[in-house]
Amino acid sequence: MSPMARSALAPNATPPDLIRNFCIIAHIDHGKSTLADRMLQLTGVVDSRAMRAQYLDRMDIERERGITIKSQAVRMPWELEGTTYALNMIDTPGHVDFTYEVSRSLAACEGAILLVDAAQGIEAQTLANLYLAMENDLTIIPVLNKIDLPAAQPEKYAEELAKLIGGEPEDCLKVSGKTGEGVEPLLDTIVRQLPAPTGDASAPARAMIFDSVYDTYRGVVTYVRVVDGNLNPRERIVMMSTRATHELLEIGVISPEPVPSKGLGVGEVGYLITGVKDVRQSRVGDTVTNASKPASKDLGGYRDPKPMVFSGLYPIDGSDYPDLREALDKLKLNDAALVYEPETSAALGFGFRCGFLGLLHLEIVRERLEREFNLDLISTQPNVVYDVTMDDGKQIHVTNPSEFPEGKVSEVSEPVVRATVLAPSEFVGAIMELCQQKRGNLRGMDYLSEDRVEMRYTLPLAEIVFDFFDQLKSRTRGYASLDYEPDGDQVADLVKVQILLQGESVDAFSAIVHKDKAYAYGVMMAGKLKDLIPRQQFEVPIQAAIGSRIIARENIRAIRKDVLAKCYGGDISRKRKLLEKQKEGKKRMKMVGRVEVPQEAFVAALSSDGDAGKTKK
Amino acid sequence: MPPSALPDGDPAPSTGELPPSALADVASTDLGIYVHVPFCTVRCGYCDFNTYTLTELGGPGASIGVDSYADAALLELDLACGVLGPAAPPVSTVFVGGGTPTMLRSRDLVTVLDGIRQRFGLAPDAEVTTEANPDSVTPESLRELADGGFTRVSVGMQSAVPHVLHTLERTHDPENVARAVAATKAAGMQVSVDLIYGTPGESLADWRRSLEAAVALEPDHVSAYALVVEEGTKLAAQVRRGVVPAPEDDDEADKYELADELLSAAGYGWYEVSNWARSQRARCRHNVAYWAGTNWWGVGPGAHSHVGGMRWWNVKHPSAYAARLGAGESPAHAREGLTDEQRYDERVLLGTRLADGLPVADLRGSGRTAVAGLIADGLVDGPAALRDSRLVLTLRGRLLADTVVHRLLAS
Ligand SMILES: Nc1nc2c(ncn2[C@@H]2O[C@H](COP(=O)(O)OP(=O)(O)OP(=O)(O)O)[C@@H](O)[C@H]2O)c(=O)[nH]1
Ligand SMILES: C[S@@+](CC[C@H](N)C(=O)[O-])C[C@H]1O[C@@H](n2cnc3c(N)ncnc32)[C@H](O)[C@@H]1O
Ligand code: SF4
Ligand SMILES: [Mg+2]
Repeated sequence: MSPMARSALAPNATPPDLIRNFCIIAHIDHGKSTLADRMLQLTGVVDSRAMRAQYLDRMDIERERGITIKSQAVRMPWELEGTTYALNMIDTPGHVDFTYEVSRSLAACEGAILLVDAAQGIEAQTLANLYLAMENDLTIIPVLNKIDLPAAQPEKYAEELAKLIGGEPEDCLKVSGKTGEGVEPLLDTIVRQLPAPTGDASAPARAMIFDSVYDTYRGVVTYVRVVDGNLNPRERIVMMSTRATHELLEIGVISPEPVPSKGLGVGEVGYLITGVKDVRQSRVGDTVTNASKPASKDLGGYRDPKPMVFSGLYPIDGSDYPDLREALDKLKLNDAALVYEPETSAALGFGFRCGFLGLLHLEIVRERLEREFNLDLISTQPNVVYDVTMDDGKQIHVTNPSEFPEGKVSEVSEPVVRATVLAPSEFVGAIMELCQQKRGNLRGMDYLSEDRVEMRYTLPLAEIVFDFFDQLKSRTRGYASLDYEPDGDQVADLVKVQILLQGESVDAFSAIVHKDKAYAYGVMMAGKLKDLIPRQQFEVPIQAAIGSRIIARENIRAIRKDVLAKCYGGDISRKRKLLEKQKEGKKRMKMVGRVEVPQEAFVAALSSDGDAGKTKK
Repeated sequence: MPPSALPDGDPAPSTGELPPSALADVASTDLGIYVHVPFCTVRCGYCDFNTYTLTELGGPGASIGVDSYADAALLELDLACGVLGPAAPPVSTVFVGGGTPTMLRSRDLVTVLDGIRQRFGLAPDAEVTTEANPDSVTPESLRELADGGFTRVSVGMQSAVPHVLHTLERTHDPENVARAVAATKAAGMQVSVDLIYGTPGESLADWRRSLEAAVALEPDHVSAYALVVEEGTKLAAQVRRGVVPAPEDDDEADKYELADELLSAAGYGWYEVSNWARSQRARCRHNVAYWAGTNWWGVGPGAHSHVGGMRWWNVKHPSAYAARLGAGESPAHAREGLTDEQRYDERVLLGTRLADGLPVADLRGSGRTAVAGLIADGLVDGPAALRDSRLVLTLRGRLLADTVVHRLLAS
């Protein structure tokens, strides 16, 4: 067993052969952050007093939901056979919405720990992340976690893993992130098996930006992995894509708090602070070089993540619109995946059409806007992007159902994904039935082991982002897992369902759905609104329509009585206070034609019944 | 009849003192006195009034009960007399409500009335009402009240249909009501009956039967209230658990229209949303004073008062109430001074409920602009507005009085 390193190696003075860069990748909840905790403790960078569970999940929202959203890199010392090494560990998120975080982290590493819950076995994101790591040519160390669990079956899953990656079941390490068992040998294995970084120390510096974060106190903090050369404090650096130069105000490593250093050398991972205020000046994927001795060729960046679902965000109080804009601008600094542009809705006023990686991403952005910026928001029915071709050949790119054209549509195409479902074989029938309902196309099926299948489908994105996952889970008693990635477009029979209140179309409630599902959507939304909109002085018909064809209708009967019967001495104050409250409430009413619709009705009608937070696991 | 939920307010001084601004018009404003008697034999399932059974209060040894109530009330009258000062006019209306005032001996009710007379004097034509449960009065007790100066009795009839009375958990049967009404008349007092409609299980035919029974009693005055499911009551719990259905607005609207039809036909005219009277003289002047925003002092646990734009309310529990007065302190729990805007809101809120209507001239700009729309929507009587410059609700408008008030006050 290795002792804790007696002294850590100083950054910028560490030979590359003493450096190991790795990330921990896994399916959601398989225990990456917990394993990282044990490593922080064993290597002594966090003492037991300061320790808390999932130490690297620093955001409130991560702690509340118990999931990792942002990757975190930490430098840790480790001694093996009398030699001290510097390990850079990156903990990554497991949820499919944040796959791009994993890709970025992989590019900073030579190796990856593929962690598998020994009670669950291989799941969909295990595969997805493994393939990503293989595309990046990383050395993979398979590790079974949670061996302390009574339900753990390490032997069984070691075989599955061996079959998947090649190698022998015995090569698979077995650990418990909870008890710490097996973690020291794992650290030793990392040193022994992972290749050291290589690079040209005398060449001009080339460092890849793999993360860029806005911090209120420090400005933009940029995370880099140095490939060639070195970066030193106080020198001037150049961002190769923009040619912009900045002075390095601070450079250092995270261990696990920022520690300024004398610089960063070949193979090292650390952070830079240049005083820029906008992360766009320090873009993820860009290459940093020395201003005095610039490199001629950059490292080749990352693809920007593409938003998959769109939703309108509107302040409940219209006067908060400027605050919302400012809040989005600030949040964008830390979240390259968030895109938005102003839009107006007849019913909701001024807001923004925002693009997200998935529903969890949407929910998290919305929650952060509400909490960190103190805003009350309405988010409209999420939708994917459609390309509409008109009879006259005109093309329209629709990110908001209200942009869906009225005229002669010849073709509508929608995004599709390549989805992978992993489940025990007994559920194959149930999964096929569900995918059928969701307009899926089976592309292939493999047995990973005797009782575990991998099913590959092409599915419309619009079918998968909403309640697909909940349904999959409930039909497989929680055993199935899902991963997906964009896979182009397909032409489909899609229509826009409009919702009309007293004959007036309410853009916020309309949706683009498959022809076969239009009726169900219309009935559902009309029914919901009937319960949510208070009775008015006149009758309010609610209709769902495709073009001029009405497919569902409901009626809100006119109110006949609202007067409070008795009104004596003590009732007067009560009644006046009620009136004052109602006057306040009036301000929260939106007028749709003559119909008063409370904001709450918008919120409730637009909230999807299954929230994305539940889609973890 | 204070509701049991007390609003928050500002602290009230222990002397009960009022700011000079509230007292400025005391001499020229009518003064009413409300006396709250917080006792009942049992609590009805729908009722959230500030009332207690004698067992709840701790039986005969309690610090305040039916026997000591009058003494405590007299102490508060002393306080009222001091606070309002010599400028206070003779009292024009007295209303004893509850709870069940007739759980006190008539002698005690008369003692309280005498107390008022001694301290303030009674106006020559003063209206003096007490509420009465049909079960707790006798010809003798009623005669004693009449002799002591009471002029009017309001009988809690509620319904004439046994299953409705049962659902309301009323202890009386329909015959008691007839007896109480007859005895009141025999004693030379005016009589009013209270009815409740919309009780779960009450059909439109049941309601018609209750109205016809009430009319047959030939009272001077009828109040008809839609049943309100008050939070915290047994009824509310039953509705929540689904044991009984919640009252339905449409059903209540039908019943209100039926009430107005039958009562009008029998010669009773509406003068407030829930009140009908046989003549101008038979209207309840004490209640009209509430709606007109004049001054009244509420005596008793939890009672509300209003003097010159200052509202306050007493501590609710009878023991706390008695303890305060015993210590020479005001029983006021909290109070609020109304802003101009609040006084205006109240004037509109209360004035629109009256058949005499709200002078259109009393409305501010945006309210006046709203009148045309209200007439167009059939909520406000057009001819009355044009002829008398008064805003009077139509039948449809009476049922939608809240909407009307909102539209008048929406700025
Ligand atoms: N019994 C047991 N539970 C573990 C072990 N490791 C993690 N857990 C539990 O598994 C759950 C998920 O652990 P995390 O470390 O947050 O998992 P993660 O992979 O980082 O999750 P994401 O970042 O959201 O993908 C937590 O409840 C942990 O306490 C283990 O070795 N044994
Ligand atoms: C103070 S209360 C009761 C007086 C007397 N104790 C009685 O019950 O006959 C006066 C009137 O208010 C009405 N009332 C009480 N609670 C009510 C409720 N929850 N909804 C509608 N009216 C109510 C009843 O008609 C009652 O007669
Ligand atoms: S008798 Fe009257 S005051 Fe007493 S509980 Fe019943 S309704 Fe309420
Ligand atoms: Mg994690």
